[in-house]
Amino acid sequence: MTTTAPSTSASRTADGTAASTGTGARPGRKRSRRTLTPGRRVPAGRLIGPAVVLALWAAGSAAGQLDPGAIPAPWTVARTAVRLWTEGTLPSDIATSLRRAALGFAIGLTAGVVLALASGLSRIGEALIDGTVQLNRAVPTLGLIPLFILWLGIGETFKIAIIAIVVYIPVYLNTHAALSGIDTRFVELAEVQGLSRPQFIRQVVIPGALPGFFVGLRLAVTGSWLGLVVLEQINATSGLGYLMFQAQNYGQTDIILVGLLIYGVFGLVSDSVVRLIERRVLSWRRTLSV
Amino acid sequence: MAPHTERLTRPAVRLRGLTRSFAGRTVLDGIDLDLPAGQFTALLGHSGSGKSTLLRAVAGLDHGVEGSGEISAPERVSVVFQDSRLLPWRRVLPNVLLGTDGKDAAERGRAALAEVGLAGRERAWPSELSGGEAQRAALARSLVREPELLLADEPFGALDALTKIRMHGLLRDLWQRHRPSVLLVTHDVDEALVLADRILVLDSGRIGLDLALDRPHPRSPRDPVLGACRERLLAALGVTEEAA
Ligand SMILES: Nc1ncnc2c1ncn2[C@@H]1O[C@H](COP(=O)(O)OP(=O)(O)OP(=O)(O)O)[C@@H](O)[C@H]1O
Ligand SMILES: [Mg+2]
Repeated sequence: MTTTAPSTSASRTADGTAASTGTGARPGRKRSRRTLTPGRRVPAGRLIGPAVVLALWAAGSAAGQLDPGAIPAPWTVARTAVRLWTEGTLPSDIATSLRRAALGFAIGLTAGVVLALASGLSRIGEALIDGTVQLNRAVPTLGLIPLFILWLGIGETFKIAIIAIVVYIPVYLNTHAALSGIDTRFVELAEVQGLSRPQFIRQVVIPGALPGFFVGLRLAVTGSWLGLVVLEQINATSGLGYLMFQAQNYGQTDIILVGLLIYGVFGLVSDSVVRLIERRVLSWRRTLSV
Repeated sequence: MAPHTERLTRPAVRLRGLTRSFAGRTVLDGIDLDLPAGQFTALLGHSGSGKSTLLRAVAGLDHGVEGSGEISAPERVSVVFQDSRLLPWRRVLPNVLLGTDGKDAAERGRAALAEVGLAGRERAWPSELSGGEAQRAALARSLVREPELLLADEPFGALDALTKIRMHGLLRDLWQRHRPSVLLVTHDVDEALVLADRILVLDSGRIGLDLALDRPHPRSPRDPVLGACRERLLAALGVTEEAA
């Protein structure tokens, strides 16, 4: 729903102005109601805030107001990024981090969806799965790290497993809630229309649960990055977090900032991709919010 | 010829001793009712008198309700609800075709949409339709299955007066063309008078009044014969009409 906000408010303002010029033919005071929406969007408005911050940062550094040891200048960070990319291990660190996140995410997503379907569509499945997952959810996943290290060793497997758990929980919870919260009016309709159970699931239950699934998916994306950052900074011998951890030991703030920026880019890109898919798949909802 | 005569002689819906109760409170109390095939019947009654309960029983939707009695209804039954109940994630044509398959299904769906005046709106989303259009789409969805029995529970209850009048004409036309048996639940006495050939009043769990109405169509609510019927219906409903 939030993704549709821009187009909605834009069209409303357009309507408003069209209406007030239309009534201009009538003499006297025209009363056009004031819109309660914040008004037209500023083009590329979201970029203005970050741009201001960047400008302040650059100005502060140029004026010598910022301690370069604590906050290096933007150009220093940029130079470091280029140097790390061309001479250092940055490409392979990024690849390692991405691989961990992607594998963990894929496994967690699959598990979340499969379990949600099994427990949302069958009573036996629900009895077996739902309570177990609720229990799992009560334990903060990052608290499982010591146990998983003992079980799986400190290698890649344990990191991927933790990320998968961080991912599967929100996917499961939201998808399961959406599957079991299907509107009874639609159940009744499906009965009246003589749908078979597979048809009912495919044509009514699953499409109806997709909005809930996407809520879970977006939480999962955020969660997977969070899990990655924590894991890589606690115990890793490669990857972005390791790079930053080492930089911390040598007081290389610029390298830490490069790492943070890359994490930020990961987060932004993945969130945009999910939003894009969501907007495509749930295109029917766009008209609902008008 | 044979199936035709059989349709005339055998009732489409046959209820014997139909009883339904919720938590020990009896809502339908031993209803006996025959609806002849092809008849347009309206069912009136107070709010809470059990009209929807009766309709849901005939539609086979009353799972888990205490009750007894015998129901026989045709194989192909369609239900029109008070809300259009279109699936918001399907465009209009797929909505109309919900539960209908076969290779000419799309063609039949288009034809049904054309019949209710929605030709060209096949690819619209339900949220883009007005209330009346959505209800017409729902009507097309129930028609496309060529029902022998059409059950409608206050299908026009949410529509404005003008749209309602046009929908009455449409429903009557469609009935004339396809001749399903119709059971229309409504609380609007005039709607029943304008549309139905038989009007039932549900009162205290039983059919309190069973009124045959043999007037030509299209009818005007100002028809004096209908006026007399209106008074009887209102009396059966316990309402006295002030002098008009
Ligand atoms: N699922 C249910 N559980 C408990 N009571 C119910 C249920 N469905 C209906 N009832 C009760 O049965 C009675 C009849 O309900 P019903 O919906 O059939 O009335 P109705 O004649 O359709 O009324 P209206 O004109 O308001 O739609 C009401 O008193 C209602 O409270
Ligand atoms: Mg009702």
